[in-house]
Amino acid sequence: MRSCKQISFLVSESQDRKLSFREWLSVKVHLQMCKACEQMARQIKLLRVTSTKYMSSEDHKSNRPKDHLSKEASDRIRKRLFCVSEKDKNK
Amino acid sequence: MTVIILPGNITAAGISPDRWLDDYGDSLYRYALRKLGKTTDAEDMVQETLVAALQSRASYKGHASEKTWLTGILKHKIMNFIRIQVREKTVDDIGVLSDAAMENDAVSMFDTRGSWIYPPTDWGDPDKILHNHQFIDSFERCLKHLKPALAEVFSLKEIMGVSNQEICKKLDITMTNCSVMLYRARMGLRSCLETKWSDINNKEM
Repeated sequence: MRSCKQISFLVSESQDRKLSFREWLSVKVHLQMCKACEQMARQIKLLRVTSTKYMSSEDHKSNRPKDHLSKEASDRIRKRLFCVSEKDKNK
Repeated sequence: MTVIILPGNITAAGISPDRWLDDYGDSLYRYALRKLGKTTDAEDMVQETLVAALQSRASYKGHASEKTWLTGILKHKIMNFIRIQVREKTVDDIGVLSDAAMENDAVSMFDTRGSWIYPPTDWGDPDKILHNHQFIDSFERCLKHLKPALAEVFSLKEIMGVSNQEICKKLDITMTNCSVMLYRARMGLRSCLETKWSDINNKEM
């Protein structure tokens, strides 16, 4: 019987790789009996969703377009590319 | 739209830096924005990518499509950007994974038999939590509290969606180290949020 500490590591692992059948089974059985670990597993899964949510919420105040580069940004990049290629030529 | 014709625009391989911006600028921007969440950062990444592409265009063999090639460069730029950002937050961390450190943070949540000292609690309905800005704020603060090395691995994994293998290669650590660091990051975040979130919840009740 694996401890809560071992189960918590396997739950973390399950976010990154497919557990072996034995690992998966021991997690499943443990979570059914242990309320604390069941909550931990929910929390770990929530961290992934929250990360995505957090990144998209950071910039909500900006009025820049989200689906294409703004005119100002493209002009700036175009100028920069021009400068770099000029420098390149003069080398 | 003003088109500045770049001198020496078309190379032997038919690469045109000016056209990259027109053809792929927006899709590179959307990709960067999805990963970074901040429009100004995303714009900077597109610029850096196209500049890097321009400087290394000789190495483009035309095996992959231009778009794939540029996206590859962008991906590297974003990964480095995240790494630098995380690094800048604190410099006092050595980021070495010692047994002592292992026993210190995440793992001290368990007693010697591996049972919870403070059992995790119910945070409530995930859908509701995710729409609660206080929860997102707490998450941000907890991410900043994390040791930089752990925050770096966590960000690469969960924000960039980089595979464990790639993280190992990038940071030059073993697969086991990578798993353990991700574990410590997750457990650290979990326990930090547990404290912060239950404080908020209790006040509201």
